[in-house]
Amino acid sequence: MSNVAGMEARGRFGRYGGRYVPETLIAALDQLERAYEEACADQSFQRELTALLGDFVGRPSPLYRARRLEGEARGPAVYLKREDLNHTGAHKINNTLGQALLALRMGKRRIIAETGAGQHGVATATACALFDLNCVVYMGEEDIERQALNVYRMELLDAEVRPVGSGTRTLKDATNEAIRDWVTNVEGTHYIIGSVVGPDPFPRIVRDFQSVIGTEARSQFLAAEGRLPAAVLACVGGGSNAMGIFHPFIGDEGVELLGVEAAGQGLGNGRHAASLAEGTPGVLHGALSYLLQDADGQVAPAHSISAGLDYPGVGPEHSWLKDTGRARYVSVTDQEALEAFHRLSRLEGIIPALEAAHAVAYLFRTAPAYRDRGPLLVCMSGRGDKDVAHVARVEGRGDLLERRAAET
Amino acid sequence: MSSSASGRLPAELSPIARRFRERASEGRAALIPYLTAGFPNPKLTVPTMEALADAGADVIELGIPFSDPLADGPTIQRSSFLALERGASVDSVLSALRDFRESREVPVVVFTYLNPVLHRGLDAFCREAAQAGAQGILLTDLPVGADPEMEEAVGGAGLDWIRLVAPTTPAERIPLVARGGTGFLYYISRTGVTGARARLRDDLAAELGALRGMVTLPIAVGFGISTPEQAHAVAAAADGVVVGSALISRLEQEGITGAAAFVRSLRDGMDGSHG
Repeated sequence: MSNVAGMEARGRFGRYGGRYVPETLIAALDQLERAYEEACADQSFQRELTALLGDFVGRPSPLYRARRLEGEARGPAVYLKREDLNHTGAHKINNTLGQALLALRMGKRRIIAETGAGQHGVATATACALFDLNCVVYMGEEDIERQALNVYRMELLDAEVRPVGSGTRTLKDATNEAIRDWVTNVEGTHYIIGSVVGPDPFPRIVRDFQSVIGTEARSQFLAAEGRLPAAVLACVGGGSNAMGIFHPFIGDEGVELLGVEAAGQGLGNGRHAASLAEGTPGVLHGALSYLLQDADGQVAPAHSISAGLDYPGVGPEHSWLKDTGRARYVSVTDQEALEAFHRLSRLEGIIPALEAAHAVAYLFRTAPAYRDRGPLLVCMSGRGDKDVAHVARVEGRGDLLERRAAET
Repeated sequence: MSSSASGRLPAELSPIARRFRERASEGRAALIPYLTAGFPNPKLTVPTMEALADAGADVIELGIPFSDPLADGPTIQRSSFLALERGASVDSVLSALRDFRESREVPVVVFTYLNPVLHRGLDAFCREAAQAGAQGILLTDLPVGADPEMEEAVGGAGLDWIRLVAPTTPAERIPLVARGGTGFLYYISRTGVTGARARLRDDLAAELGALRGMVTLPIAVGFGISTPEQAHAVAAAADGVVVGSALISRLEQEGITGAAAFVRSLRDGMDGSHG
């Protein structure tokens, strides 16, 4: 592989990434790239972001050794990187604060975002409240139904949530609609994309802002264990928490990187979101990357119980890590994720987001194989409060919630 | 980046360039209707194209429907989803092109998002499209400089490559875009997605004047043009007028006859502007 820094300067990870966008957006992407370069070189920007991540988000997030979990999983020591303890309940805030600061540098005071599970929407709305920016969040109608709590949170934060009823009515179409808004209002608007997807420079900007996860976890892990983990596990939808925790470990050759995709109702029946396992390279949302598509190059609908993983594409850097073999991508089903959601709640008193439950589910499957190979690190990308009502409905307990709501 | 066709001598003008040349010599602008292939039904694509040609289209833009048309507004989105539901495919578009070519000479530009043709193989698709009778290609999400390898594959196929200039395109980038294109240059009349608009922007004529000073290709204007009056106004300042969403709406509501009548009214409106 040629020089990685040089490749990234051209907006590529191997052959993946790039800028496959309408001409109207080229100037805005150039502007963003320049603003980001300037910000990287500006110590006051870095200081301001670091201060916010400390005082406002609560970083560094803890690294927690989950002893009951490791016992039941019959594995080695297992550590959870607690992004679920961040302000707003997930890793998404690391990126939205960074990008909101970039928007301020560019003099753009209107922010748009797409959201699936609603965590990125809430994190964007939060950053906008903090900096007094106008905020519009696009969200698929199906996701609005399954993540009603986050919709209300965004409204409380003074964001406007615009339902998207076209196509699959999920994250993919919310992203289409956000891009359409950006094409229309590009001069005064910054698009805070929520994952390591989209046209260059978004995948590397989001990756860099999320790398705080891996940087902290790496030094915390060394302090706790005196060595690096045998493997790092994270769920992958678009792949931002995974890219954030993987990136600082890429140079550590002995550390295995394991991305866990959503196998939905099973890889065999086509109702899943495992772009890396089952997709082929294609262009969606401005980047070349693995993509679920049919024989005619139409994007295939994804499925996952977790709205945040329900996306037919994936960040281009993951595609590159897959092809080079530096990371390995596996998948777990809706059912396995639900079981992990319950088991972690009972074992550790931690209710994980359904997204993060995918990483925990794979941990249960693979932990025994690591008994003699060394401790494991799992990214707890978010907490499960937002999913409680949805899980109750899926498991036939929806009536319980409604009765309680009616009583109060 | 390919500019293999940009040095053409007048004797070797492409069919599309020749159309623009002919209209210009008559003091008229070229009329370019857009049709989503397969809408409202794949069986109607060829008859609709024939009707557009007979109603005064100089070039037809034939859109390959895509599941994620992120540069398009609600009208063309809906037409794309419906076309896909009713079985439109890259194969059916190529087959429509071949059938149309048996009866009409009006040049066709295939309009497409990258992924469906990338999936087929850019090289292969461009060759097939040329063999089926297309004269040009427009790729909404492959801007100039985005991918030299893909651009070489498209540029080598012998199709005119219609490039887009947006109101946000920086002045220093415009010559680069123009060098990458042949046939005509497509000026996007405003930032945003496709769709009919009640009013066109006031500064359009001034922008077109500035653009004309920088490029030699004919300039067609699209996005938002929806009435004969608007077509008339644009024709006064540009070499060509593209009409998409308004035509799709008309086709949806009034069928092929209504769509053809609409194209004739645009033609009359435009030609009146030079009278």
